[in-house]
Amino acid sequence: MSESKIERLISEDGIRCDGRRLDEIRPIKFQLGVLKNTDGSAYVEWGRTKILVGVMGPRESHPKHLALSDKARVEAYYRMASFSVEEWKSPAPSRREVELSKVIREALEPAIFVEFFPRTSIDIFIEVLQADGSTRCASISAASLALVDAGIPMRDLVASIAVGKVEGKLVLDVQDKEDKAGESDMPMAYMPSKNAVTLLQMDGQITHEEFMQSIELLKKGCMEVYRKQKEAIESHFKGAVSNGEEA
Amino acid sequence: MTTFYEPRQLVSPGTLLAEGNYQPGFNVYRDDGKYYASMVGLVDIRNNVISVIPLRGCYIPQPGDLVIGKVVECISTAWMLDIRSPYQGVLFASEFLSKPLNPLKEEARRYLDVGEMVVATVMAFDRTRNPSLTARDHGLGKIHRGTVIDVDFTRVPRIIGKKGSMITMLKKETGAQILVGQNGRVWISGKSRDEEAIIAEAIRKIELEAHTTGLTDRVREFLVSKRR
Repeated sequence: MSESKIERLISEDGIRCDGRRLDEIRPIKFQLGVLKNTDGSAYVEWGRTKILVGVMGPRESHPKHLALSDKARVEAYYRMASFSVEEWKSPAPSRREVELSKVIREALEPAIFVEFFPRTSIDIFIEVLQADGSTRCASISAASLALVDAGIPMRDLVASIAVGKVEGKLVLDVQDKEDKAGESDMPMAYMPSKNAVTLLQMDGQITHEEFMQSIELLKKGCMEVYRKQKEAIESHFKGAVSNGEEA
Repeated sequence: MTTFYEPRQLVSPGTLLAEGNYQPGFNVYRDDGKYYASMVGLVDIRNNVISVIPLRGCYIPQPGDLVIGKVVECISTAWMLDIRSPYQGVLFASEFLSKPLNPLKEEARRYLDVGEMVVATVMAFDRTRNPSLTARDHGLGKIHRGTVIDVDFTRVPRIIGKKGSMITMLKKETGAQILVGQNGRVWISGKSRDEEAIIAEAIRKIELEAHTTGLTDRVREFLVSKRR
Protein backbone atom coordinates (compact mmCIF):
# COMPACT_ATOMS: atom_id res chain seq x y z
CA MET A 1 0.00 0.00 0.00
CA SER A 2 1.48 3.29 -0.99
CA GLU A 3 0.87 5.97 1.58
CA SER A 4 2.02 9.46 0.85
CA LYS A 5 3.13 11.18 4.03
CA ILE A 6 1.55 14.56 3.75
CA GLU A 7 1.16 15.15 7.46
CA ARG A 8 4.12 14.48 9.70
CA LEU A 9 3.42 13.36 13.26
CA ILE A 10 6.45 15.04 14.78
CA SER A 11 7.68 18.43 13.61
CA GLU A 12 11.32 19.43 13.11
CA ASP A 13 11.56 20.97 16.58
CA GLY A 14 10.11 17.90 18.31
CA ILE A 15 6.48 18.93 18.71
CA ARG A 16 3.81 16.28 18.15
CA CYS A 17 0.69 16.62 16.02
CA ASP A 18 -1.41 17.69 19.02
CA GLY A 19 1.14 20.22 20.25
CA ARG A 20 2.74 18.09 22.94
CA ARG A 21 6.44 17.62 23.54
CA LEU A 22 7.82 14.09 23.10
CA ASP A 23 7.69 13.34 26.83
CA GLU A 24 4.51 15.22 27.64
CA ILE A 25 1.30 13.47 28.69
CA ARG A 26 -2.20 14.50 27.68
CA PRO A 27 -4.37 16.40 30.16
CA ILE A 28 -5.84 13.83 32.56
CA LYS A 29 -8.87 14.36 34.77
CA PHE A 30 -9.99 11.69 37.25
CA GLN A 31 -13.20 11.78 39.23
CA LEU A 32 -14.30 9.37 41.95
CA GLY A 33 -17.73 8.31 43.14
CA VAL A 34 -19.72 9.12 40.01
CA LEU A 35 -22.17 6.17 40.14
CA LYS A 36 -24.84 5.43 42.72
CA ASN A 37 -25.55 1.74 42.24
CA THR A 38 -21.97 0.49 42.46
CA ASP A 39 -19.76 0.07 45.52
CA GLY A 40 -17.10 2.26 43.94
CA SER A 41 -16.71 4.14 40.69
CA ALA A 42 -14.42 6.45 38.78
CA TYR A 43 -14.50 8.41 35.55
CA VAL A 44 -11.49 9.52 33.56
CA GLU A 45 -10.95 11.95 30.73
CA TRP A 46 -7.53 11.24 29.30
CA GLY A 47 -7.14 13.62 26.41
CA ARG A 48 -10.02 12.58 24.19
CA THR A 49 -10.28 9.13 25.77
CA LYS A 50 -13.28 8.87 28.12
CA ILE A 51 -13.81 5.87 30.38
CA LEU A 52 -16.27 5.02 33.14
CA VAL A 53 -15.43 2.32 35.71
CA GLY A 54 -17.72 0.73 38.28
CA VAL A 55 -16.67 -1.76 40.96
CA MET A 56 -18.99 -4.21 42.68
CA GLY A 57 -17.82 -6.17 45.68
CA PRO A 58 -16.39 -7.82 47.57
CA ARG A 59 -19.66 -9.74 47.39
CA GLU A 60 -20.76 -13.34 47.41
CA SER A 61 -19.37 -15.13 44.38
CA HIS A 62 -21.88 -16.23 41.78
CA PRO A 63 -21.95 -18.89 40.42
CA LYS A 64 -20.73 -20.40 43.66
CA HIS A 65 -18.55 -23.11 42.15
CA LEU A 66 -16.25 -20.43 40.71
CA ALA A 67 -15.49 -19.02 44.16
CA LEU A 68 -11.91 -19.49 45.33
CA SER A 69 -11.45 -20.86 48.83
CA ASP A 70 -8.34 -18.83 49.64
CA LYS A 71 -8.90 -15.48 47.93
CA ALA A 72 -11.35 -13.20 46.22
CA ARG A 73 -12.02 -13.75 42.55
CA VAL A 74 -11.23 -10.59 40.63
CA GLU A 75 -12.95 -10.16 37.29
CA ALA A 76 -12.62 -7.25 34.87
CA TYR A 77 -15.10 -6.56 32.08
CA TYR A 78 -13.64 -4.20 29.49
CA ARG A 79 -16.24 -3.06 26.98
CA MET A 80 -16.22 -0.48 24.26
CA ALA A 81 -19.40 1.39 23.47
CA SER A 82 -20.56 1.15 19.87
CA PHE A 83 -20.03 4.89 19.46
CA SER A 84 -16.58 4.93 21.08
CA VAL A 85 -14.62 4.63 17.84
CA GLU A 86 -14.82 6.38 14.49
CA GLU A 87 -16.30 3.38 12.73
CA TRP A 88 -19.26 1.77 14.47
CA LYS A 89 -18.13 -1.02 16.76
CA SER A 90 -20.22 -4.16 16.89
CA PRO A 91 -21.78 -4.48 20.36
CA ALA A 92 -20.81 -8.15 20.53
CA PRO A 93 -17.73 -8.80 22.69
CA SER A 94 -14.71 -8.90 20.43
CA ARG A 95 -11.52 -10.91 20.81
CA ARG A 96 -9.73 -7.70 21.73
CA GLU A 97 -12.17 -6.88 24.54
CA VAL A 98 -11.84 -10.35 26.05
CA GLU A 99 -8.08 -10.10 25.91
CA LEU A 100 -7.97 -6.63 27.41
CA SER A 101 -10.30 -7.74 30.21
CA LYS A 102 -7.82 -10.43 31.15
CA VAL A 103 -4.81 -8.14 30.86
CA ILE A 104 -6.46 -5.45 33.00
CA ARG A 105 -7.48 -7.97 35.65
CA GLU A 106 -3.92 -9.26 35.83
CA ALA A 107 -2.57 -5.74 36.10
CA LEU A 108 -4.85 -4.90 39.04
CA GLU A 109 -4.94 -8.14 41.00
CA PRO A 110 -1.38 -7.85 42.43
CA ALA A 111 -2.39 -4.54 44.01
CA ILE A 112 -5.49 -5.90 45.76
CA PHE A 113 -5.35 -7.80 49.07
CA VAL A 114 -7.42 -10.60 47.56
CA GLU A 115 -6.55 -12.93 50.44
CA PHE A 116 -8.62 -10.73 52.80
CA PHE A 117 -11.87 -11.82 51.19
CA PRO A 118 -11.83 -15.55 50.44
CA ARG A 119 -14.87 -16.96 48.59
CA THR A 120 -16.03 -13.56 47.40
CA SER A 121 -15.77 -11.86 44.05
CA ILE A 122 -14.78 -8.35 43.03
CA ASP A 123 -16.11 -7.25 39.65
CA ILE A 124 -14.64 -4.32 37.74
CA PHE A 125 -16.81 -3.01 34.92
CA ILE A 126 -15.03 -0.78 32.42
CA GLU A 127 -17.03 1.08 29.80
CA VAL A 128 -15.04 2.92 27.15
CA LEU A 129 -17.21 5.80 26.02
CA GLN A 130 -14.72 7.37 23.66
CA ALA A 131 -11.45 5.82 22.52
CA ASP A 132 -8.42 7.77 21.43
CA GLY A 133 -5.53 5.47 22.25
CA SER A 134 -4.19 4.13 25.57
CA THR A 135 -7.60 2.87 26.65
CA ARG A 136 -6.03 0.01 28.57
CA CYS A 137 -3.77 2.41 30.47
CA ALA A 138 -6.61 4.77 31.23
CA SER A 139 -8.81 1.82 32.26
CA ILE A 140 -6.24 0.45 34.69
CA SER A 141 -5.57 3.87 36.23
CA ALA A 142 -9.27 4.65 36.61
CA ALA A 143 -10.12 1.15 37.85
CA SER A 144 -7.62 1.42 40.68
CA LEU A 145 -9.37 4.62 41.77
CA ALA A 146 -12.75 2.88 41.59
CA LEU A 147 -11.32 0.14 43.81
CA VAL A 148 -10.19 2.79 46.31
CA ASP A 149 -13.68 4.27 46.21
CA ALA A 150 -15.15 0.83 46.91
CA GLY A 151 -12.99 0.60 50.04
CA ILE A 152 -11.11 -2.47 48.89
CA PRO A 153 -7.73 -2.79 50.63
CA MET A 154 -4.84 -2.33 48.22
CA ARG A 155 -1.05 -2.32 48.36
CA ASP A 156 -0.80 0.72 46.15
CA LEU A 157 -2.58 2.54 43.36
CA VAL A 158 -1.80 1.20 39.92
CA ALA A 159 -0.76 3.90 37.47
CA SER A 160 -0.41 3.09 33.82
CA ILE A 161 0.84 4.76 30.65
CA ALA A 162 2.25 3.84 27.23
CA VAL A 163 5.36 4.77 25.27
CA GLY A 164 5.43 4.51 21.50
CA LYS A 165 7.96 4.87 18.74
CA VAL A 166 6.83 7.31 16.12
CA GLU A 167 8.96 8.34 13.17
CA GLY A 168 12.02 6.96 14.92
CA LYS A 169 11.45 8.85 18.18
CA LEU A 170 10.16 7.63 21.54
CA VAL A 171 6.99 9.42 22.61
CA LEU A 172 5.15 9.28 25.94
CA ASP A 173 1.38 8.68 26.15
CA VAL A 174 0.49 7.47 22.68
CA GLN A 175 -2.75 8.68 21.15
CA ASP A 176 -4.75 6.85 18.52
CA LYS A 177 -3.20 8.57 15.49
CA GLU A 178 0.35 7.90 16.69
CA ASP A 179 -0.50 4.35 17.66
CA LYS A 180 -1.80 3.54 14.18
CA ALA A 181 1.08 5.19 12.30
CA GLY A 182 3.85 4.44 14.79
CA GLU A 183 6.41 1.66 14.71
CA SER A 184 5.89 0.42 18.25
CA ASP A 185 3.63 0.69 21.29
CA MET A 186 4.52 -0.31 24.84
CA PRO A 187 2.02 0.05 27.70
CA MET A 188 3.09 -0.41 31.31
CA ALA A 189 1.20 -0.56 34.62
CA TYR A 190 3.21 0.29 37.70
CA MET A 191 2.84 0.48 41.46
CA PRO A 192 5.12 3.44 42.25
CA SER A 193 5.56 3.03 45.99
CA LYS A 194 6.41 -0.67 45.55
CA ASN A 195 8.47 -0.08 42.40
CA ALA A 196 6.61 -3.04 40.90
CA VAL A 197 5.50 -3.50 37.31
CA THR A 198 2.17 -5.30 36.95
CA LEU A 199 1.76 -5.05 33.19
CA LEU A 200 4.26 -4.70 30.38
CA GLN A 201 3.32 -5.32 26.79
CA MET A 202 4.92 -4.40 23.50
CA ASP A 203 4.20 -4.67 19.85
CA GLY A 204 6.29 -3.48 16.92
CA GLN A 205 10.05 -3.40 16.97
CA ILE A 206 12.52 -1.40 19.03
CA THR A 207 16.16 -1.87 19.91
CA HIS A 208 17.44 -2.92 23.32
CA GLU A 209 18.69 0.60 23.94
CA GLU A 210 15.31 2.09 23.06
CA PHE A 211 13.66 -0.43 25.36
CA MET A 212 15.76 0.73 28.31
CA GLN A 213 14.98 4.36 27.50
CA SER A 214 11.29 3.50 27.20
CA ILE A 215 11.24 1.98 30.68
CA GLU A 216 12.66 5.18 32.18
CA LEU A 217 10.14 7.25 30.24
CA LEU A 218 7.29 4.94 31.33
CA LYS A 219 8.25 5.24 35.00
CA LYS A 220 8.30 9.01 34.71
CA GLY A 221 4.90 8.98 33.00
CA CYS A 222 3.42 6.63 35.59
CA MET A 223 4.62 8.93 38.39
CA GLU A 224 2.73 11.79 36.74
CA VAL A 225 -0.42 9.69 36.47
CA TYR A 226 0.06 8.59 40.09
CA ARG A 227 0.17 12.21 41.20
CA LYS A 228 -3.06 12.93 39.33
CA GLN A 229 -4.70 9.90 40.95
CA LYS A 230 -3.70 11.09 44.43
CA GLU A 231 -4.97 14.58 43.67
CA ALA A 232 -8.32 13.10 42.60
CA ILE A 233 -8.56 11.08 45.83
CA GLU A 234 -7.71 14.13 47.91
CA SER A 235 -10.26 16.37 46.21
CA HIS A 236 -12.96 13.71 46.51
CA PHE A 237 -12.41 12.97 50.18
CA LYS A 238 -11.22 16.36 51.44
CA GLY A 239 -14.69 17.11 52.77
CA ALA A 240 -14.38 14.06 54.97
CA VAL A 241 -11.20 15.11 56.74
CA SER A 242 -12.52 14.80 60.22
CA ASN A 243 -12.14 17.34 62.93
CA GLY A 244 -15.17 16.18 64.83
CA GLU A 245 -15.36 13.79 67.75
CA GLU A 246 -15.41 10.08 67.15
CA ALA A 247 -15.73 6.98 69.24
CA MET B 1 11.22 5.67 64.28
CA THR B 2 9.73 8.26 61.97
CA THR B 3 6.23 9.00 60.88
CA PHE B 4 5.47 10.89 57.71
CA TYR B 5 1.90 11.85 58.46
CA GLU B 6 0.11 13.63 61.27
CA PRO B 7 -2.88 11.98 62.94
CA ARG B 8 -6.16 12.75 61.12
CA GLN B 9 -4.44 13.44 57.80
CA LEU B 10 -5.99 11.94 54.70
CA VAL B 11 -4.06 9.09 53.09
CA SER B 12 -4.66 6.74 50.18
CA PRO B 13 -3.54 3.13 49.55
CA GLY B 14 0.21 2.80 49.10
CA THR B 15 1.06 5.89 51.13
CA LEU B 16 4.17 5.40 53.24
CA LEU B 17 3.09 6.18 56.80
CA ALA B 18 6.04 5.34 59.00
CA GLU B 19 9.31 3.51 59.40
CA GLY B 20 10.69 1.77 62.45
CA ASN B 21 9.31 0.21 65.58
CA TYR B 22 5.54 0.40 65.23
CA GLN B 23 2.63 -2.01 65.23
CA PRO B 24 0.37 -2.18 62.22
CA GLY B 25 -3.27 -1.63 63.18
CA PHE B 26 -6.37 -1.62 60.96
CA ASN B 27 -5.90 -0.93 57.24
CA VAL B 28 -2.13 -0.71 57.51
CA TYR B 29 0.36 -3.24 56.23
CA ARG B 30 4.06 -3.73 56.77
CA ASP B 31 6.53 -4.30 53.99
CA ASP B 32 10.28 -4.40 54.58
CA GLY B 33 10.07 -2.54 57.91
CA LYS B 34 7.89 0.19 56.45
CA TYR B 35 4.23 0.84 57.11
CA TYR B 36 1.84 1.67 54.32
CA ALA B 37 -1.85 2.52 54.21
CA SER B 38 -4.06 -0.01 52.42
CA MET B 39 -7.26 2.06 52.37
CA VAL B 40 -8.33 5.61 51.90
CA GLY B 41 -8.84 7.11 55.33
CA LEU B 42 -7.46 9.15 58.19
CA VAL B 43 -4.23 8.33 60.00
CA ASP B 44 -4.54 7.30 63.63
CA ILE B 45 -1.52 6.72 65.89
CA ARG B 46 -2.11 5.44 69.41
CA ASN B 47 0.65 3.94 71.60
CA ASN B 48 2.80 2.94 68.65
CA VAL B 49 -0.09 1.35 66.79
CA ILE B 50 -0.64 2.94 63.41
CA SER B 51 -4.07 2.52 61.83
CA VAL B 52 -6.12 4.14 59.13
CA ILE B 53 -9.72 5.01 59.96
CA PRO B 54 -11.48 4.03 56.74
CA LEU B 55 -13.67 6.44 54.82
CA ARG B 56 -15.05 3.76 52.50
CA GLY B 57 -15.48 0.05 52.84
CA CYS B 58 -17.73 -2.84 53.69
CA TYR B 59 -18.51 -4.43 57.02
CA ILE B 60 -16.36 -7.41 57.99
CA PRO B 61 -17.82 -9.32 60.96
CA GLN B 62 -15.84 -9.47 64.21
CA PRO B 63 -16.73 -11.81 67.07
CA GLY B 64 -18.77 -9.92 69.65
CA ASP B 65 -20.21 -7.35 67.22
CA LEU B 66 -23.88 -6.46 67.58
CA VAL B 67 -25.49 -6.69 64.16
CA ILE B 68 -28.95 -6.32 62.68
CA GLY B 69 -29.66 -8.95 60.04
CA LYS B 70 -32.41 -9.51 57.53
CA VAL B 71 -33.54 -13.08 56.87
CA VAL B 72 -32.93 -14.02 53.23
CA GLU B 73 -33.23 -17.80 53.38
CA CYS B 74 -34.73 -20.43 55.66
CA ILE B 75 -32.98 -23.79 55.70
CA SER B 76 -34.17 -26.77 57.76
CA THR B 77 -32.62 -25.77 61.09
CA ALA B 78 -31.03 -22.41 60.38
CA TRP B 79 -31.56 -19.03 58.77
CA MET B 80 -29.27 -17.11 56.45
CA LEU B 81 -29.12 -13.42 57.31
CA ASP B 82 -28.04 -10.53 55.17
CA ILE B 83 -25.77 -8.48 57.42
CA ARG B 84 -24.55 -5.99 54.78
CA SER B 85 -21.26 -7.80 54.48
CA PRO B 86 -19.70 -9.94 51.73
CA TYR B 87 -20.56 -12.92 53.92
CA GLN B 88 -24.08 -13.92 54.98
CA GLY B 89 -24.60 -14.65 58.65
CA VAL B 90 -25.83 -18.08 59.79
CA LEU B 91 -28.29 -18.19 62.64
CA PHE B 92 -28.84 -21.75 63.84
CA ALA B 93 -32.19 -22.63 65.38
CA SER B 94 -30.43 -23.53 68.62
CA GLU B 95 -29.08 -19.98 68.77
CA PHE B 96 -32.51 -18.43 68.33
CA LEU B 97 -35.14 -20.64 69.94
CA SER B 98 -35.11 -21.74 73.53
CA LYS B 99 -36.21 -25.25 72.56
CA PRO B 100 -34.84 -27.64 69.94
CA LEU B 101 -36.39 -27.44 66.48
CA ASN B 102 -37.33 -30.70 64.83
CA PRO B 103 -37.26 -30.08 61.07
CA LEU B 104 -39.45 -33.17 60.50
CA LYS B 105 -42.29 -31.76 62.55
CA GLU B 106 -42.14 -28.05 61.99
CA GLU B 107 -40.71 -25.57 59.57
CA ALA B 108 -38.08 -23.02 60.52
CA ARG B 109 -40.02 -20.26 58.80
CA ARG B 110 -42.82 -20.59 61.33
CA TYR B 111 -40.53 -18.78 63.76
CA LEU B 112 -38.62 -16.52 61.42
CA ASP B 113 -39.62 -15.82 57.85
CA VAL B 114 -37.78 -14.27 54.93
CA GLY B 115 -37.67 -10.47 55.22
CA GLU B 116 -37.87 -10.34 59.01
CA MET B 117 -35.19 -8.54 61.00
CA VAL B 118 -33.13 -9.97 63.83
CA VAL B 119 -30.81 -8.38 66.37
CA ALA B 120 -27.89 -10.75 66.96
CA THR B 121 -24.25 -10.86 67.92
CA VAL B 122 -21.42 -12.47 65.97
CA MET B 123 -20.19 -15.60 67.76
CA ALA B 124 -17.35 -16.65 65.49
CA PHE B 125 -15.93 -15.72 62.15
CA ASP B 126 -12.68 -16.65 60.42
CA ARG B 127 -13.54 -16.00 56.75
CA THR B 128 -13.30 -19.70 55.86
CA ARG B 129 -16.91 -20.22 56.92
CA ASN B 130 -19.78 -17.80 57.11
CA PRO B 131 -20.09 -15.90 60.40
CA SER B 132 -22.23 -17.67 62.97
CA LEU B 133 -24.64 -15.51 64.90
CA THR B 134 -26.48 -15.88 68.17
CA ALA B 135 -29.69 -14.21 69.29
CA ARG B 136 -30.01 -15.91 72.66
CA ASP B 137 -28.63 -13.15 74.86
CA HIS B 138 -30.65 -10.52 76.65
CA GLY B 139 -31.94 -7.84 74.30
CA LEU B 140 -31.38 -9.89 71.19
CA GLY B 141 -33.92 -11.57 68.94
CA LYS B 142 -36.56 -10.85 66.36
CA ILE B 143 -37.59 -7.24 65.73
CA HIS B 144 -41.37 -6.88 66.10
CA ARG B 145 -41.85 -3.15 65.85
CA GLY B 146 -40.17 0.07 64.85
CA THR B 147 -38.10 1.09 61.83
CA VAL B 148 -34.78 -0.25 60.56
CA ILE B 149 -32.61 2.00 58.40
CA ASP B 150 -29.37 1.30 56.54
CA VAL B 151 -26.47 3.68 57.12
CA ASP B 152 -22.92 3.89 55.80
CA PHE B 153 -20.94 1.47 57.93
CA THR B 154 -17.98 3.88 58.18
CA ARG B 155 -20.30 6.36 59.91
CA VAL B 156 -21.30 3.99 62.71
CA PRO B 157 -18.69 5.36 65.18
CA ARG B 158 -20.04 8.87 64.54
CA ILE B 159 -23.65 7.84 65.19
CA ILE B 160 -22.55 6.33 68.49
CA GLY B 161 -20.26 9.27 69.27
CA LYS B 162 -17.40 9.62 71.70
CA LYS B 163 -18.18 7.34 74.64
CA GLY B 164 -21.71 7.05 73.26
CA SER B 165 -22.38 10.80 73.48
CA MET B 166 -24.41 11.04 70.28
CA ILE B 167 -26.60 7.99 70.82
CA THR B 168 -27.20 8.91 74.48
CA MET B 169 -28.34 12.37 73.37
CA LEU B 170 -30.63 10.91 70.70
CA LYS B 171 -32.28 8.59 73.21
CA LYS B 172 -32.60 11.29 75.86
CA GLU B 173 -34.08 13.89 73.52
CA THR B 174 -36.62 11.55 71.96
CA GLY B 175 -37.30 8.88 74.54
CA ALA B 176 -37.15 6.31 71.78
CA GLN B 177 -35.31 3.01 71.78
CA ILE B 178 -32.38 3.12 69.34
CA LEU B 179 -30.01 0.27 68.56
CA VAL B 180 -26.99 0.74 66.32
CA GLY B 181 -25.68 -2.42 64.67
CA GLN B 182 -21.96 -2.47 63.88
CA ASN B 183 -22.88 -3.54 60.36
CA GLY B 184 -24.47 -0.21 59.52
CA ARG B 185 -28.10 -0.82 60.42
CA VAL B 186 -30.04 1.15 62.98
CA TRP B 187 -33.24 0.04 64.66
CA ILE B 188 -35.48 2.84 65.93
CA SER B 189 -38.54 2.17 68.04
CA GLY B 190 -40.47 5.26 69.04
CA LYS B 191 -43.99 6.16 70.09
CA SER B 192 -45.16 6.75 66.54
CA ARG B 193 -44.12 6.34 62.92
CA ASP B 194 -43.68 10.10 62.61
CA GLU B 195 -41.32 10.20 65.55
CA GLU B 196 -39.28 7.37 64.06
CA ALA B 197 -39.11 9.26 60.77
CA ILE B 198 -37.71 12.31 62.57
CA ILE B 199 -35.03 10.23 64.28
CA ALA B 200 -34.19 8.59 60.97
CA GLU B 201 -33.79 12.04 59.46
CA ALA B 202 -31.50 13.06 62.32
CA ILE B 203 -29.37 9.97 61.72
CA ARG B 204 -29.15 10.82 58.01
CA LYS B 205 -27.95 14.26 59.07
CA ILE B 206 -25.22 12.72 61.24
CA GLU B 207 -24.19 10.48 58.33
CA LEU B 208 -23.96 13.44 55.96
CA GLU B 209 -22.16 15.81 58.29
CA ALA B 210 -20.03 13.20 60.05
CA HIS B 211 -16.84 15.21 59.68
CA THR B 212 -18.04 18.48 61.17
CA THR B 213 -17.53 19.77 64.69
CA GLY B 214 -20.34 20.53 67.13
CA LEU B 215 -22.57 18.01 65.41
CA THR B 216 -24.11 16.69 68.62
CA ASP B 217 -25.44 20.15 69.46
CA ARG B 218 -26.75 20.72 65.96
CA VAL B 219 -28.57 17.40 65.93
CA ARG B 220 -30.08 18.27 69.31
CA GLU B 221 -31.30 21.59 67.94
CA PHE B 222 -32.72 19.75 64.93
CA LEU B 223 -34.68 17.39 67.18
CA VAL B 224 -35.96 20.26 69.34
CA SER B 225 -37.10 22.20 66.27
CA LYS B 226 -38.94 19.15 64.92
CA ARG B 227 -40.70 18.48 68.20
CA ARG B 228 -42.88 21.56 67.94
